[in-house]
Amino acid sequence: MSLNFSRLSKIPTQAPRAALAAAVALLVALAPTAPAAADTPILLKIKDHRFTPAQIHVKANQPSLIVMTNADGTPEEFDSTSLKVEKVVPGNSSGNIRIRPLAPGRYPFMGEYHSDTAQGVVIAE
Amino acid sequence: MLGSLLIVFREVIEAGLIVGIVLAATKGVSGRGLWVGLGVLGGVIGACVVAGFAGEIEQLFEGSGQELFNATILLLAVVMLTWHNVWMAGHGREMARAMRDVGKAVASGERALTALAVVVGVAVLREGSEVVLFLYGIASQPGTTTASLLAGGALGLAAGAAVSALMYFGLLAIPAHKLFRVTSGLITLLAAGMASQAVLFLQQAGYAEILTRTVWDTSWLLPQDSIVGRLLHTLIGYSDAPNGAQLVAYGATVLAILALMRWEHRRHPRTAPAAAPVPAE
Repeated sequence: MSLNFSRLSKIPTQAPRAALAAAVALLVALAPTAPAAADTPILLKIKDHRFTPAQIHVKANQPSLIVMTNADGTPEEFDSTSLKVEKVVPGNSSGNIRIRPLAPGRYPFMGEYHSDTAQGVVIAE
Repeated sequence: MLGSLLIVFREVIEAGLIVGIVLAATKGVSGRGLWVGLGVLGGVIGACVVAGFAGEIEQLFEGSGQELFNATILLLAVVMLTWHNVWMAGHGREMARAMRDVGKAVASGERALTALAVVVGVAVLREGSEVVLFLYGIASQPGTTTASLLAGGALGLAAGAAVSALMYFGLLAIPAHKLFRVTSGLITLLAAGMASQAVLFLQQAGYAEILTRTVWDTSWLLPQDSIVGRLLHTLIGYSDAPNGAQLVAYGATVLAILALMRWEHRRHPRTAPAAAPVPAE
C-alpha cells in the first residue's frame, strides 16, 4: 500500500498566523500601561558578595523599587522565589528590581551565584 | 564544586525537560536530530552572546532590558509551541498511522521541526546564559580552581541530561497512538506556563502592572524552589503564588491553543485519501 505523504508536508499557512495574532493580541492587551513611576528607590549594594543593607523595609501593599548596585567585579543574580524576582546584575553596574505590592511579612532573597554569603530579606510592614 | 554542580544541574534540567518533550513530540519525524541539535547549538551560542552582553541588554529600556528580553523570547517560544500543536492537530493522526504502517520515519514535518528547534534554542539560551554568567563569576574569583569548577559543571550537566533522558524515555513508553496526544497536552501546558512567566517579566519591567495581587499561596504545601516545585514550574508553569495577570495569561493560552487545534483538526477531514482501500474489509 502506498501512503500519500504530500499531505503531511502541506503547511497550514493560516494557523500560525492566527496563533501569532493571538499572542500579539495578548501582549497588546497586557502592555498598554506605561511603566509606573516608582517613588524613592531603595538602594541596595552588594560588595564582597554581601548585601548592604541585608534587611530592606518596604511599605506593605505598595509597589517599591530597589536599585541594586553590584560593586563586585563578577555578575550576581538577585534571586527570590517569595518575591518572584530573578535579576542578573553584571559586575560593576546596577539594575532595577521592581517589587510587587506585598502582604506584610518577610521575603528572603539571595545572590544566587554566591548564596553562602549573599543573603538578605525584604520586610513588608 | 558543589555550588557549580547544583546550579548547572538546575538550569540543565529546565532546558533538558523541554528538549525531552520536543524529542518525544517529534518521534518518527526524520531529520529531528539535526533540527534539535541545531536548536541546542544555537542556544549555546546565543547563551554566550547574551551573557557577554548582559550589561548592554540591561541598559536598554530604562534598565528593564533584561526583563523585556526574557518576556520576548518566552512569548516567541509560546508562539512556536502553539504552531507545533496546531500543525500536529492537522497531521498527527496521519503521522501516527504512517509510523505504525511503515514503521519508519515520516519524511516531512520540517516546518514543525523548525518551530520546535526555535523552542529548544530559546530554552537553552535562557538557562544557558545563567550558567555562563555563573561559571564566569566563579572562574574569575581567586581561590577557586578551574578544575573543580569544570568538574562540578560537568557533573551537573551529566545529571541534568540524565533526568531529561528519563523524561524522554518515559514518554516513549507511551503507545504510539497516544503519544502525540500526550505530548500535545504537555506542550500546551508548557506554553501556558511560559506565557504566565512572560507576564511576570513584563510586570517586573514595569509594564502590564494589572492584577498584580497574589491570588493564592501554596508555598507551604509545595515551595517553588523545592525540586518538585521547580520541575513542575518548568513543565506546567507551577507557581506557588501566582498573581491575577499570570493566571489570565495561563488560561488564555490554554484556551487559544485548544481552539486553534480544534479548528485545524476540523480542516483536515477524517477520510484519509491515500490509505489502503477501505472496502477491502
